[in-house]
Amino acid sequence: MAVANKPNALERVASDPVSRRKLLAVTGGSTALAAFLAACGSGSNSNSTTTTANNGGGATGTEKFGKGDVGILNYALTLEYLETAFYADVVKSGLFKGSDLATIRKFGSEEAEHVTALTGFVKQMGGKPAPKPKTEFPLKSAKSVLELAATVENLGAAAYLGQAPNIQGASVLAAALSIHSVEGRHAAALDTLLGESITPDGAFAKPAGADEVLKSVEPFIVG
Amino acid sequence: MSDQILAQPELAGVSIDTDSEDISRSEVILKGALAAGAVYGALAVGPFVGRALAMAESGDVGILNFALTLEYLEAAFYEEAQTRAGASGDLKSLIQLVGRDEEEHVGALTETIKKLGGKPVAEPKFDFPYNGTAGFLKLAQTFEDTGVSAYNGAAPQIKAKEVLEAAGSIVQVEARHAAAIRLQNKEEPAPEAFDPALPEAKVLKAVEPFIA
Repeated sequence: MAVANKPNALERVASDPVSRRKLLAVTGGSTALAAFLAACGSGSNSNSTTTTANNGGGATGTEKFGKGDVGILNYALTLEYLETAFYADVVKSGLFKGSDLATIRKFGSEEAEHVTALTGFVKQMGGKPAPKPKTEFPLKSAKSVLELAATVENLGAAAYLGQAPNIQGASVLAAALSIHSVEGRHAAALDTLLGESITPDGAFAKPAGADEVLKSVEPFIVG
Repeated sequence: MSDQILAQPELAGVSIDTDSEDISRSEVILKGALAAGAVYGALAVGPFVGRALAMAESGDVGILNFALTLEYLEAAFYEEAQTRAGASGDLKSLIQLVGRDEEEHVGALTETIKKLGGKPVAEPKFDFPYNGTAGFLKLAQTFEDTGVSAYNGAAPQIKAKEVLEAAGSIVQVEARHAAAIRLQNKEEPAPEAFDPALPEAKVLKAVEPFIA
């Protein structure tokens, strides 16, 4: 039954406009990131930035990725590209075996599904999907990689949470939420592997604005 | 279909006290949601919950009261588990942590409902049928996955931004609980790339027999 349902669930998400807010968006600064953002092209308007949290007067911090929901989706897409590339690099690194490796593969494949879904949503809404960024991650030891993974997942979950209130379309919101909670699951699983608290913010998860998120991932984007 | 029901027989025995009039709506929705979870897996619940809420009085207060009922259930479940689940070590700590979070959710939802001028629903009486640590973990997984689905299903109907923010902040924590409990069960912490929902008609049909 679970298998039979899978296509339905995906179709449903796919038919929505999308959601994912997750990602990283806006940034501040580094040249690589600036170049990357410029390359994103479509529609970027402002440099303005801002926004830390969720509401502030309409600014979402994702404007550089497109207008409205498309911008939010492209921001999320960028973050998902980054996560997918990260897990792929980790798998190749040979630092993990057994059940930890299986978990990493599983999470990586889920991020890849998010990429596919978000790309589809952006197109469906008449937008141009954000390009895949070039990335580079420090992969020194199993422990440092797990720590980085946990950081990235916690950030991803916070990024989606930060954009949720900015989303206009109900179906986009539904899709974003369906991804948001999966990112939260990933984060908690990695926190568990590290022996850290599964709820670092306590009983209420904290959102992160696009500026903050983009700044955090900036070191990993090389072009 | 009966084989799926039997796959999670523990839900059939969950009983919710219906004496109090003002909890009846949430109780029915909750029971239906749990039944849907039993049949299709927790993720099936969202559309049903959304529809049921749309049919009821509603608005944000209705959604918050539904969430409050779910949180009451979880809080009561974990509180009781501290002495009943036979847990030790990491699991014992996890039960304490999760229970505390659920209690904080109850408090926050109650406050929010009052702020919006609504009346928080009364806490129902619950009866959790399980035996031992394994039984506890199985039911916990179902409750947490169901909680995630319920919030995800209801959230897009929320009108006020602040309420949506609060719901989002809680659902992420529910998802974290779900993942941690699943790891205790040696299950995938994130079984699907999208915390999904079944088509509404299918879910409604499945839950009909369980609605009092």
